[in-house]
Amino acid sequence: MSDARENGDRDKQQTDEAALSARLQRLNESLGHARVAGRPSDGSGADRATTASGYARGFRLSSELVAGVVVGAGLGWLLDRWLGISPWGLIIFLLLGFAAGVLNVMRSAGLVAGTALDESTRSSRKK
Amino acid sequence: MQVDPIHQFEIKSLAPLATLGGHQFNFTNSALMMFVIVGAVSTLLIGATASRAVVPGRLQSIAEMSYEFVANTVRSTAGTEGMKFFPFVFTLFMFILFANLIGLIPYSFTVTSQLIVTAALALLVFIIVVGYGFWRNGLHFFSLFVPKGVPKAILPAIVVIEVLSFVSRPVSHSVRLFANMLAGHITLQVFAGFIIMLAGFGVLGWLGAALPFAMVVMLTALELLVAFLQAYVFAILTCIYLNDAIHPGH
Repeated sequence: MSDARENGDRDKQQTDEAALSARLQRLNESLGHARVAGRPSDGSGADRATTASGYARGFRLSSELVAGVVVGAGLGWLLDRWLGISPWGLIIFLLLGFAAGVLNVMRSAGLVAGTALDESTRSSRKK
Repeated sequence: MQVDPIHQFEIKSLAPLATLGGHQFNFTNSALMMFVIVGAVSTLLIGATASRAVVPGRLQSIAEMSYEFVANTVRSTAGTEGMKFFPFVFTLFMFILFANLIGLIPYSFTVTSQLIVTAALALLVFIIVVGYGFWRNGLHFFSLFVPKGVPKAILPAIVVIEVLSFVSRPVSHSVRLFANMLAGHITLQVFAGFIIMLAGFGVLGWLGAALPFAMVVMLTALELLVAFLQAYVFAILTCIYLNDAIHPGH
Protein backbone atom coordinates (compact mmCIF):
# COMPACT_ATOMS: atom_id res chain seq x y z
CA MET A 1 0.00 0.00 0.00
CA SER A 2 2.73 2.42 1.01
CA ASP A 3 4.77 1.16 -1.94
CA ALA A 4 1.99 1.91 -4.26
CA ARG A 5 1.64 5.40 -2.84
CA GLU A 6 5.37 5.96 -3.18
CA ASN A 7 5.27 4.79 -6.76
CA GLY A 8 2.37 7.07 -7.39
CA ASP A 9 4.26 9.97 -5.83
CA ARG A 10 7.32 9.24 -7.93
CA ASP A 11 5.19 9.07 -11.04
CA LYS A 12 3.57 12.33 -10.15
CA GLN A 13 6.99 13.86 -9.51
CA GLN A 14 8.25 12.65 -12.84
CA THR A 15 5.28 13.95 -14.70
CA ASP A 16 5.66 17.26 -12.88
CA GLU A 17 9.28 17.46 -13.91
CA ALA A 18 8.48 16.50 -17.46
CA ALA A 19 5.75 19.12 -17.57
CA LEU A 20 8.11 21.73 -16.11
CA SER A 21 10.87 21.00 -18.60
CA ALA A 22 8.35 21.03 -21.42
CA ARG A 23 7.11 24.41 -20.23
CA LEU A 24 10.65 25.71 -19.99
CA GLN A 25 11.35 24.50 -23.49
CA ARG A 26 8.23 26.16 -24.80
CA LEU A 27 9.22 29.40 -23.07
CA ASN A 28 12.70 29.19 -24.55
CA GLU A 29 11.28 28.62 -27.99
CA SER A 30 8.91 31.55 -27.80
CA LEU A 31 11.71 33.73 -26.44
CA GLY A 32 13.89 32.62 -29.29
CA HIS A 33 11.12 33.42 -31.74
CA ALA A 34 10.71 36.84 -30.18
CA ARG A 35 14.45 37.45 -30.43
CA VAL A 36 14.61 36.28 -34.02
CA ALA A 37 11.54 38.31 -34.88
CA GLY A 38 12.98 41.34 -33.12
CA ARG A 39 16.35 41.05 -34.77
CA PRO A 40 15.72 41.54 -38.48
CA SER A 41 13.75 44.75 -38.05
CA ASP A 42 16.60 46.05 -35.90
CA GLY A 43 19.15 44.69 -38.30
CA SER A 44 17.72 46.11 -41.45
CA GLY A 45 18.78 49.31 -39.87
CA ALA A 46 17.25 52.60 -40.51
CA ASP A 47 13.79 51.41 -41.49
CA ARG A 48 12.90 51.20 -37.86
CA ALA A 49 13.95 54.78 -37.28
CA THR A 50 12.19 55.93 -40.39
CA THR A 51 8.90 54.21 -39.75
CA ALA A 52 8.77 56.32 -36.61
CA SER A 53 7.87 59.21 -38.86
CA GLY A 54 6.82 59.23 -42.47
CA TYR A 55 8.32 62.67 -42.83
CA ALA A 56 11.76 61.41 -41.87
CA ARG A 57 11.35 58.42 -44.18
CA GLY A 58 10.48 60.60 -47.15
CA PHE A 59 13.38 62.87 -46.40
CA ARG A 60 15.76 59.96 -46.14
CA LEU A 61 14.73 58.42 -49.45
CA SER A 62 14.81 61.69 -51.37
CA SER A 63 18.23 62.61 -50.02
CA GLU A 64 19.53 59.19 -51.05
CA LEU A 65 18.39 59.74 -54.63
CA VAL A 66 19.72 63.29 -54.81
CA ALA A 67 23.05 62.24 -53.33
CA GLY A 68 23.51 59.57 -56.01
CA VAL A 69 22.72 61.96 -58.84
CA VAL A 70 24.88 64.76 -57.41
CA VAL A 71 27.88 62.51 -56.86
CA GLY A 72 27.55 61.05 -60.35
CA ALA A 73 27.30 64.47 -61.95
CA GLY A 74 30.22 65.79 -59.87
CA LEU A 75 32.47 62.87 -60.77
CA GLY A 76 31.55 63.16 -64.45
CA TRP A 77 32.26 66.88 -64.44
CA LEU A 78 35.65 66.34 -62.77
CA LEU A 79 36.55 63.61 -65.29
CA ASP A 80 35.59 65.99 -68.11
CA ARG A 81 37.92 68.63 -66.73
CA TRP A 82 40.83 66.28 -66.14
CA LEU A 83 40.61 64.23 -69.31
CA GLY A 84 39.12 66.84 -71.60
CA ILE A 85 36.40 64.52 -72.86
CA SER A 86 33.55 66.96 -72.33
CA PRO A 87 30.64 66.31 -72.40
CA TRP A 88 30.83 62.49 -72.38
CA GLY A 89 31.96 62.09 -68.78
CA LEU A 90 29.11 64.22 -67.49
CA ILE A 91 26.52 62.44 -69.61
CA ILE A 92 27.60 58.91 -68.73
CA PHE A 93 28.26 59.54 -65.06
CA LEU A 94 25.02 61.47 -64.62
CA LEU A 95 23.15 58.42 -65.88
CA LEU A 96 25.23 56.07 -63.74
CA GLY A 97 24.71 58.38 -60.79
CA PHE A 98 20.98 58.26 -61.35
CA ALA A 99 21.17 54.46 -61.34
CA ALA A 100 23.22 54.59 -58.13
CA GLY A 101 20.65 56.93 -56.59
CA VAL A 102 17.81 54.58 -57.44
CA LEU A 103 19.84 51.71 -56.01
CA ASN A 104 20.38 53.74 -52.82
CA VAL A 105 16.68 54.44 -52.53
CA MET A 106 15.65 50.83 -53.11
CA ARG A 107 18.25 49.61 -50.65
CA SER A 108 17.25 52.00 -47.90
CA ALA A 109 13.59 51.22 -48.54
CA GLY A 110 14.48 47.55 -48.10
CA LEU A 111 13.21 46.57 -51.57
CA VAL A 112 16.57 45.17 -52.69
CA ALA A 113 18.39 42.64 -50.57
CA GLY A 114 21.43 44.88 -50.59
CA THR A 115 25.03 43.99 -51.25
CA ALA A 116 26.54 40.59 -50.70
CA LEU A 117 27.73 41.73 -47.31
CA ASP A 118 24.21 42.37 -46.09
CA GLU A 119 23.39 38.75 -46.82
CA SER A 120 26.51 37.51 -45.09
CA THR A 121 25.93 39.61 -41.98
CA ARG A 122 22.36 38.46 -41.82
CA SER A 123 23.43 34.84 -41.94
CA SER A 124 26.28 35.39 -39.48
CA ARG A 125 23.87 37.09 -37.12
CA LYS A 126 21.57 34.08 -37.25
CA LYS A 127 24.42 31.79 -36.19
CA MET B 1 8.16 94.42 -39.36
CA GLN B 2 10.06 91.87 -41.41
CA VAL B 3 11.80 88.84 -39.99
CA ASP B 4 14.73 87.42 -41.86
CA PRO B 5 14.50 83.64 -41.49
CA ILE B 6 18.11 83.13 -42.57
CA HIS B 7 19.56 85.52 -40.04
CA GLN B 8 19.72 82.84 -37.34
CA PHE B 9 22.29 80.85 -39.33
CA GLU B 10 24.72 83.72 -39.64
CA ILE B 11 28.28 82.95 -38.60
CA LYS B 12 29.76 85.74 -36.54
CA SER B 13 33.38 86.10 -35.62
CA LEU B 14 33.85 86.43 -31.90
CA ALA B 15 37.63 86.64 -31.78
CA PRO B 16 40.20 86.50 -34.58
CA LEU B 17 42.70 83.75 -33.93
CA ALA B 18 45.34 83.80 -36.65
CA THR B 19 46.00 84.59 -40.28
CA LEU B 20 47.53 81.75 -42.24
CA GLY B 21 48.35 82.10 -45.93
CA GLY B 22 45.95 84.98 -46.42
CA HIS B 23 43.06 83.20 -44.72
CA GLN B 24 41.77 84.52 -41.48
CA PHE B 25 40.89 82.00 -38.79
CA ASN B 26 38.27 83.13 -36.33
CA PHE B 27 36.70 81.84 -33.18
CA THR B 28 33.06 81.99 -34.27
CA ASN B 29 29.72 81.60 -32.57
CA SER B 30 29.56 78.16 -34.18
CA ALA B 31 32.81 77.13 -32.50
CA LEU B 32 31.58 78.54 -29.21
CA MET B 33 28.40 76.48 -29.47
CA MET B 34 30.41 73.34 -30.13
CA PHE B 35 32.39 73.96 -26.96
CA VAL B 36 29.12 74.50 -25.10
CA ILE B 37 27.74 71.22 -26.48
CA VAL B 38 30.83 69.22 -25.57
CA GLY B 39 30.81 70.84 -22.13
CA ALA B 40 27.12 70.05 -21.62
CA VAL B 41 27.48 66.40 -22.69
CA SER B 42 30.58 65.92 -20.53
CA THR B 43 29.00 67.59 -17.51
CA LEU B 44 25.85 65.54 -17.83
CA LEU B 45 27.56 62.19 -18.27
CA ILE B 46 30.43 62.67 -15.81
CA GLY B 47 28.19 64.30 -13.22
CA ALA B 48 25.44 61.73 -13.63
CA THR B 49 27.70 58.73 -13.24
CA ALA B 50 29.79 60.20 -10.40
CA SER B 51 27.63 58.72 -7.64
CA ARG B 52 27.57 55.20 -9.19
CA ALA B 53 24.46 54.31 -7.24
CA VAL B 54 23.09 50.80 -7.62
CA VAL B 55 19.62 52.28 -7.80
CA PRO B 56 20.15 55.11 -10.27
CA GLY B 57 18.88 58.59 -9.63
CA ARG B 58 17.20 60.66 -12.28
CA LEU B 59 20.39 61.92 -13.93
CA GLN B 60 22.11 58.57 -13.73
CA SER B 61 19.07 56.99 -15.38
CA ILE B 62 19.48 59.38 -18.30
CA ALA B 63 23.13 58.44 -18.67
CA GLU B 64 22.38 54.73 -18.40
CA MET B 65 19.46 54.93 -20.82
CA SER B 66 21.52 56.74 -23.43
CA TYR B 67 24.27 54.16 -23.02
CA GLU B 68 21.83 51.26 -23.34
CA PHE B 69 20.10 52.83 -26.31
CA VAL B 70 23.26 53.40 -28.33
CA ALA B 71 24.79 50.08 -27.26
CA ASN B 72 21.69 48.21 -28.45
CA THR B 73 21.73 50.12 -31.72
CA VAL B 74 25.38 49.29 -32.35
CA ARG B 75 25.00 45.65 -31.31
CA SER B 76 21.93 44.99 -33.43
CA THR B 77 23.26 46.76 -36.51
CA ALA B 78 27.00 46.10 -36.58
CA GLY B 79 27.07 42.96 -34.43
CA THR B 80 29.07 42.40 -31.26
CA GLU B 81 32.24 43.11 -33.21
CA GLY B 82 30.96 46.58 -33.89
CA MET B 83 31.06 47.34 -30.18
CA LYS B 84 34.69 48.40 -30.53
CA PHE B 85 33.28 51.42 -32.33
CA PHE B 86 30.81 52.10 -29.55
CA PRO B 87 32.73 55.12 -28.11
CA PHE B 88 32.81 56.70 -31.56
CA VAL B 89 29.12 56.16 -32.27
CA PHE B 90 28.12 57.26 -28.78
CA THR B 91 30.15 60.46 -29.09
CA LEU B 92 28.59 61.21 -32.47
CA PHE B 93 25.08 60.52 -31.19
CA MET B 94 25.40 62.63 -28.06
CA PHE B 95 27.10 65.49 -29.90
CA ILE B 96 24.43 65.65 -32.61
CA LEU B 97 21.57 65.16 -30.16
CA PHE B 98 22.80 67.99 -27.94
CA ALA B 99 23.58 70.19 -30.92
CA ASN B 100 20.01 69.71 -32.18
CA LEU B 101 18.39 70.16 -28.78
CA ILE B 102 20.44 73.18 -27.70
CA GLY B 103 19.81 74.68 -31.13
CA LEU B 104 16.08 74.65 -30.36
CA ILE B 105 16.56 77.09 -27.48
CA PRO B 106 15.70 80.58 -28.74
CA TYR B 107 18.67 82.84 -29.49
CA SER B 108 21.09 79.94 -29.51
CA PHE B 109 22.86 78.69 -32.60
CA THR B 110 22.27 75.33 -34.32
CA VAL B 111 25.64 73.86 -35.20
CA THR B 112 24.11 71.02 -37.22
CA SER B 113 22.35 73.48 -39.53
CA GLN B 114 25.77 74.24 -41.04
CA LEU B 115 26.56 71.91 -43.94
CA ILE B 116 30.29 72.15 -43.23
CA VAL B 117 29.82 70.68 -39.75
CA THR B 118 27.64 67.75 -40.82
CA ALA B 119 29.86 67.15 -43.85
CA ALA B 120 32.91 66.98 -41.60
CA LEU B 121 31.14 64.46 -39.36
CA ALA B 122 29.98 62.35 -42.32
CA LEU B 123 33.45 62.45 -43.91
CA LEU B 124 34.95 61.38 -40.60
CA VAL B 125 32.67 58.33 -40.64
CA PHE B 126 33.45 57.68 -44.31
CA ILE B 127 37.22 57.87 -43.78
CA ILE B 128 37.04 55.59 -40.75
CA VAL B 129 34.94 53.07 -42.72
CA VAL B 130 37.34 53.06 -45.68
CA GLY B 131 40.48 53.09 -43.51
CA TYR B 132 39.32 50.37 -41.14
CA GLY B 133 37.89 48.32 -44.03
CA PHE B 134 41.24 48.26 -45.82
CA TRP B 135 43.23 47.77 -42.61
CA ARG B 136 41.12 44.81 -41.60
CA ASN B 137 40.22 43.18 -44.90
CA GLY B 138 42.97 44.35 -47.24
CA LEU B 139 41.98 44.17 -50.88
CA HIS B 140 39.09 41.90 -49.90
CA PHE B 141 37.31 45.15 -49.02
CA PHE B 142 36.68 45.64 -52.75
CA SER B 143 34.29 42.69 -52.71
CA LEU B 144 31.89 45.26 -51.28
CA PHE B 145 31.49 46.56 -54.82
CA VAL B 146 30.97 43.18 -56.50
CA PRO B 147 27.51 41.83 -55.76
CA LYS B 148 27.11 38.07 -56.03
CA GLY B 149 25.23 36.40 -58.83
CA VAL B 150 25.56 39.14 -61.41
CA PRO B 151 26.17 38.07 -65.04
CA LYS B 152 29.71 38.89 -66.19
CA ALA B 153 28.46 40.95 -69.12
CA ILE B 154 26.94 43.71 -67.02
CA LEU B 155 29.38 43.42 -64.10
CA PRO B 156 31.52 46.50 -65.05
CA ALA B 157 28.46 48.75 -65.09
CA ILE B 158 27.22 47.30 -61.80
CA VAL B 159 30.60 47.84 -60.15
CA VAL B 160 30.68 51.48 -61.25
CA ILE B 161 27.15 51.97 -59.94
CA GLU B 162 28.05 50.31 -56.64
CA VAL B 163 31.13 52.53 -56.30
CA LEU B 164 29.03 55.63 -57.01
CA SER B 165 26.47 54.45 -54.50
CA PHE B 166 29.24 54.01 -51.93
CA VAL B 167 30.78 57.41 -52.65
CA SER B 168 27.39 59.11 -52.43
CA ARG B 169 26.97 57.92 -48.84
CA PRO B 170 28.71 60.81 -47.07
CA VAL B 171 26.70 63.22 -49.22
CA SER B 172 23.32 61.84 -48.23
CA HIS B 173 24.56 61.22 -44.70
CA SER B 174 25.51 64.86 -44.15
CA VAL B 175 22.83 66.54 -46.25
CA ARG B 176 20.03 64.70 -44.46
CA LEU B 177 20.95 66.03 -41.03
CA PHE B 178 21.80 69.50 -42.32
CA ALA B 179 18.64 69.87 -44.43
CA ASN B 180 16.37 68.63 -41.66
CA MET B 181 17.71 71.10 -39.15
CA LEU B 182 17.83 73.98 -41.63
CA ALA B 183 14.31 73.40 -42.92
CA GLY B 184 12.89 72.97 -39.45
CA HIS B 185 14.42 76.16 -38.12
CA ILE B 186 13.41 78.20 -41.16
CA THR B 187 9.82 76.94 -40.88
CA LEU B 188 9.72 77.89 -37.21
CA GLN B 189 11.10 81.32 -37.95
CA VAL B 190 8.68 81.96 -40.81
CA PHE B 191 5.64 81.03 -38.72
CA ALA B 192 6.93 83.09 -35.82
CA GLY B 193 7.30 85.97 -38.28
CA PHE B 194 3.59 85.62 -39.21
CA ILE B 195 2.67 86.18 -35.57
CA ILE B 196 4.54 89.48 -35.45
CA MET B 197 3.14 90.65 -38.79
CA LEU B 198 -0.46 89.81 -37.88
CA ALA B 199 -0.11 91.34 -34.44
CA GLY B 200 0.64 94.65 -36.16
CA PHE B 201 -2.98 94.81 -37.46
CA GLY B 202 -4.64 95.48 -34.11
CA VAL B 203 -7.24 93.38 -32.30
CA LEU B 204 -8.31 91.36 -35.35
CA GLY B 205 -4.66 90.70 -36.07
CA TRP B 206 -4.15 89.44 -32.55
CA LEU B 207 -6.96 86.93 -33.07
CA GLY B 208 -5.47 85.87 -36.37
CA ALA B 209 -2.04 85.55 -34.80
CA ALA B 210 -3.36 82.77 -32.59
CA LEU B 211 -3.32 80.44 -35.62
CA PRO B 212 0.39 80.72 -36.47
CA PHE B 213 1.13 80.69 -32.75
CA ALA B 214 -0.59 77.31 -32.39
CA MET B 215 1.37 76.19 -35.44
CA VAL B 216 4.64 77.27 -33.84
CA VAL B 217 3.83 75.33 -30.69
CA MET B 218 3.12 72.21 -32.72
CA LEU B 219 6.18 72.72 -34.90
CA THR B 220 8.36 73.05 -31.82
CA ALA B 221 7.14 69.66 -30.63
CA LEU B 222 7.81 68.22 -34.08
CA GLU B 223 11.28 69.76 -34.09
CA LEU B 224 11.99 68.13 -30.75
CA LEU B 225 11.12 64.78 -32.31
CA VAL B 226 13.18 65.55 -35.42
CA ALA B 227 16.15 66.58 -33.27
CA PHE B 228 16.18 63.18 -31.60
CA LEU B 229 15.29 61.24 -34.74
CA GLN B 230 18.03 62.78 -36.85
CA ALA B 231 20.66 62.07 -34.21
CA TYR B 232 19.43 58.47 -34.11
CA VAL B 233 19.38 58.16 -37.90
CA PHE B 234 22.91 59.55 -38.12
CA ALA B 235 24.10 57.07 -35.50
CA ILE B 236 22.37 54.06 -37.04
CA LEU B 237 23.65 54.87 -40.53
CA THR B 238 27.13 55.17 -39.05
CA CYS B 239 26.64 51.67 -37.63
CA ILE B 240 25.43 50.32 -40.99
CA TYR B 241 28.47 51.79 -42.75
CA LEU B 242 30.82 50.48 -40.07
CA ASN B 243 29.19 47.08 -40.52
CA ASP B 244 30.29 47.22 -44.17
CA ALA B 245 33.85 47.85 -43.04
CA ILE B 246 33.72 44.93 -40.60
CA HIS B 247 32.05 42.38 -42.87
CA PRO B 248 32.58 43.16 -46.58
CA GLY B 249 31.23 39.85 -47.89
CA HIS B 250 32.67 36.44 -47.15
